[in-house]
Amino acid sequence: MSRKVSLFRSLDWITILLYVTLVTIGWFAIYSSTYDFENPTILNFSARHGSQLIWIGFAFLLALITILIDSKMYNNLAYIIYFLIILLLIATIFLAPEIKGSRSWLKIGPITMQPAELAKYATALCLGKFMSSYNFTLNSIKNMFLVGFIILTPMLIIILQQETGLALVFAAFFLVLFREGMNGIFMVLAFLGALFFVLFLRYDYISSSSNSYILESFGFVIVFILSVISVGIMIAYYLKDNRQMLQFIGGNAILYLLTGILHLFGIEAITYTITAYISISLSILYLFIMALLQKQKKYFLFIIFLIGSIALCNVTDYFFNNVLQPHQQMRIKVVLGLEDDPLGAGYNVRQSKIGIGSGGLLGKGFLNGTQTKLNYVPEQDTDFIFCTIGEEQGFVGSIVVLFLYIALIIRLVILAERQRSSFSRIFGYSVLSIIFFHVAINIGMVIGLVPVIGIPLVFLSYGGSSLWSFTILLFTFIRLDANRMEILHQ
Amino acid sequence: MKDSLKNQELRNRQYIIILIVLSVAFIYIIQLFYIQIADSSYKENADSNAFLKKVIYPSRGLLYDRNEQLYVSNQPVYDLMIIMREIQGFDTLSFCKMLNINQEEFDNRIEEIKDKRKNRGYSRFTPQIFMSQLSVAEYGKIQEQLYKFRGVYAQQRVLRKYTTPHGAHAIGSVGEVNQQQIDADSYYSRGDYKGQSGVEKEYETYLRGEKGVEILLRDAHGRIQGVYKNGERNKAPIAGKNLTMTIDMGLQEYGEQLMIKKLGSIVAIEPSTGEILALISSPSYDPHLLVGRERSKNYNALLKDPFKPLFDRPLMAMYPPGSTFKLVNGLIYQQEGVITEDTRFSCRMGYYYSRTRKLGCHPHPNNLDLRESVQHSCNAYYCHGLKGLLDSPPSGISTTESYNHWRNHVLSMGFGKKLGVDFPNEKGGLILESNRYDRIYGKNKWKSSTIISIAIGQGEVLATPIQTANLAALIANRGYFYTPHIIKKIEGDSIDKRFREKHQTTIEQKYFDPIIDGMLMAVEQGTGRVGRIEGIEICGKTGTAQNPHGKDHSIFMAFAPKENPKIAIAVYVENSGFGATWAVPIASLMIEKYLTGTVDTTKLNRKNLQKRMLETFLIE
Repeated sequence: MSRKVSLFRSLDWITILLYVTLVTIGWFAIYSSTYDFENPTILNFSARHGSQLIWIGFAFLLALITILIDSKMYNNLAYIIYFLIILLLIATIFLAPEIKGSRSWLKIGPITMQPAELAKYATALCLGKFMSSYNFTLNSIKNMFLVGFIILTPMLIIILQQETGLALVFAAFFLVLFREGMNGIFMVLAFLGALFFVLFLRYDYISSSSNSYILESFGFVIVFILSVISVGIMIAYYLKDNRQMLQFIGGNAILYLLTGILHLFGIEAITYTITAYISISLSILYLFIMALLQKQKKYFLFIIFLIGSIALCNVTDYFFNNVLQPHQQMRIKVVLGLEDDPLGAGYNVRQSKIGIGSGGLLGKGFLNGTQTKLNYVPEQDTDFIFCTIGEEQGFVGSIVVLFLYIALIIRLVILAERQRSSFSRIFGYSVLSIIFFHVAINIGMVIGLVPVIGIPLVFLSYGGSSLWSFTILLFTFIRLDANRMEILHQ
Repeated sequence: MKDSLKNQELRNRQYIIILIVLSVAFIYIIQLFYIQIADSSYKENADSNAFLKKVIYPSRGLLYDRNEQLYVSNQPVYDLMIIMREIQGFDTLSFCKMLNINQEEFDNRIEEIKDKRKNRGYSRFTPQIFMSQLSVAEYGKIQEQLYKFRGVYAQQRVLRKYTTPHGAHAIGSVGEVNQQQIDADSYYSRGDYKGQSGVEKEYETYLRGEKGVEILLRDAHGRIQGVYKNGERNKAPIAGKNLTMTIDMGLQEYGEQLMIKKLGSIVAIEPSTGEILALISSPSYDPHLLVGRERSKNYNALLKDPFKPLFDRPLMAMYPPGSTFKLVNGLIYQQEGVITEDTRFSCRMGYYYSRTRKLGCHPHPNNLDLRESVQHSCNAYYCHGLKGLLDSPPSGISTTESYNHWRNHVLSMGFGKKLGVDFPNEKGGLILESNRYDRIYGKNKWKSSTIISIAIGQGEVLATPIQTANLAALIANRGYFYTPHIIKKIEGDSIDKRFREKHQTTIEQKYFDPIIDGMLMAVEQGTGRVGRIEGIEICGKTGTAQNPHGKDHSIFMAFAPKENPKIAIAVYVENSGFGATWAVPIASLMIEKYLTGTVDTTKLNRKNLQKRMLETFLIE
């Protein structure tokens, strides 16, 4: 008995309180978004808000069970769970019926569930176990490869299930790797990669000037200019040579200036795109010569970076036009502001923004939202649940919910950092990273900053599968945290 | 040691992670601020999405005649509205079948709706009129099928209904607003109706009432999800105010019958109030022609009619008043001291206003006094008077000044400017200012002989029939008049105070007696003999308006009875020659009808007179 008392006392009640608050807000939002003006009901278990209440009850039960399980079990069973889930994921592809183009939902009796949700949990456990093993270091190529394998395997299977959104969440583990010692340059490169990707698409194929008949891709131009500037900064940072940086950037600038002058005189055959290629090629040549002259290996890294940029642009170009489905292309174009498609791909986001935007400072009040209740906003109680809050509770309500998530994530960072065991810490970071990615992508999508990617909002969206998997995820960590004193530092 | 240093560095990475989280949150808060607070367009979008504002049209005010008999009422019709955004997946075939139109007509109509040049207010999100003014019967047939067509609903409207086919000009008509009218008054929106002429136009703001609105909630599929906030924000329409007209429906109808197939007008006024008892413009038309879907077709046909049935003659036709104007001059000559009631002038078949030029007169006894000059309508008498007035004014003033006095007197009797009746498009007639003569003939270069025709109401004098009727009324009143008006009562409001204001003329009351005596004599035994009625003292004056384009217009103005007059009347019959032939009998019949309620056909002469008026057609 005394053990249990001490267990409950050592639980982190702040996290639990945040969890309960979010789940409660979620239920009210679901109640409101499925509220029927014509037939108002207080509580009806056959309605969506009624079933959600049942899912929440089960979630609390799962939370209790998760807490009662011996914390060592998680560590011990990590690989087995991971292995089983991978099997289940593969099986799902063949067993699941096709729903809206994806094969990710398994129907077991009255319950439908998405194994992909559990895959995050399994991967987090597996990653924790693997990376906490004795003398593990991320700097070894073999370990990097294995870590990549652990993360990418479920991700690829989920892509095969046509659930790109859920697969994307696995990128959250990047943050975990960063915390566990991955070189910071990867973060910078990942950031630049994402930035270049967006800029390239945003400025791809825009006529160079009003009177020009030559279609130019300014995507190449902008990305190449930024790459060259980045290399210049790297020269200054890694080689501590400001003069060389200026020469390098200045030399390239002159090339663009010359092109501009040629255009002034009507010679438009040499487009900026051609200049961009000349500039980046000359830069590579220059860096190669410098590497030979100065016998500095770092130059090769710069060369790889520039070649990477060229590759990125061309791959993106190919990927976007030849691999992505037209509807996916459209979603990206809508977010980038390239296309306005208020009735097609842009419809959801537009209606969702109208819903949130019409909320104003204080909102229209509980049950008074028109956008969400009259079905203008699609998926109003699942992926677009935040819209109901924005419309009915306004700016204040949206900010409160946003702050609750930030508080939860920061609280989890604090908890993770106080763990003595690497396993618990890595698992903790996995949990907070996954929550962060879900929240960032979901809310970003609802307010029109991120392309429409169908993933639920943690703890708020309607549905048992998502709520339960996040509950297990969170409470496993709470359980590990409660036990932190008992585990020796590994 | 190195290991723990490394660990410390990694521990610090938590802050970078927190920073990333906060940065994302910060960007999101900025976006939330932008869409929720800075940009108000989302609010409007949400409202136009969710609220279907269904206009409820008020019933238009009813019109009654002076005896509280219902004259103009309303009938419901239905406009078929369509919301383009919502008609995807529309079963066009059965829709066309329901409305009894073919695919081509459907396509054309849709094209028309979408054409922003023709339909400036077009929006895919708001209801557009697909078919207007379905009758109750037509609507009944399609009502049960309407639910099948998403984005289509019927909007109830109100059209006019008339108890009799008479009085079209007085009542005026109601028609759809045009773009200009929509721009001018925010009350109106596309497809609304508005009074376009007559009382309907003048009293539009009373008659139209206030539109109500029902705010319905509409879901993304265009389905109505109920009434917003249980109708808390709905506004009930307020019905237009009922008006009582001054028109006597029986008299109006009778007058129109008398004027059938004749060009001209009749204006009858109650002298003691200025209330218009009948306002007839002939040819007239059935007001029902300008109601409903056929309105524009019929309107164009009326517009093309060579006899101009749409032209509101009593208020808009300006004629030289002819001999009726002699009464005006007779009054002024007395007031200015040029003549007394006993002054006599000789007339030898006319008046020589220069050695060689004569203004002719018709045969009548010579050397008449004022009364007799009215009785016989002597031209020379009034020419002499004008000569006295302008060439040697008794007060010793100049010709120009004396003319100005004359003009002021004329204007005080309601000529030369608009009377200010409660009717649109009233014309003011014409009485020239002296400086106009200065400009034509040179300063001080003109005298009575230059402008001699104004003495007998020809030349540079123009008046409308209503001004002539008003003259009859002010003579009946011995010197004052009330501005003629057509509305007697406004429900819950009072009529404009300008209609209760007595307009005193500049002529003293005593000068009216000889004129009135002369008018009585004219009917009893003078130019208007044919209009005489046993037992009713009618005072009248014939006139002939010269018409340079054809046969002269016949004019008669009168009031009756002589003491305590009840009716003043002016009758114009175009292209019918001398006043007595047509205008006098019609006026006489009207007076009898109004004063006794009927025309006594037991008297043979009256019966024949009525028969002749009703059955003679001056135009085909």
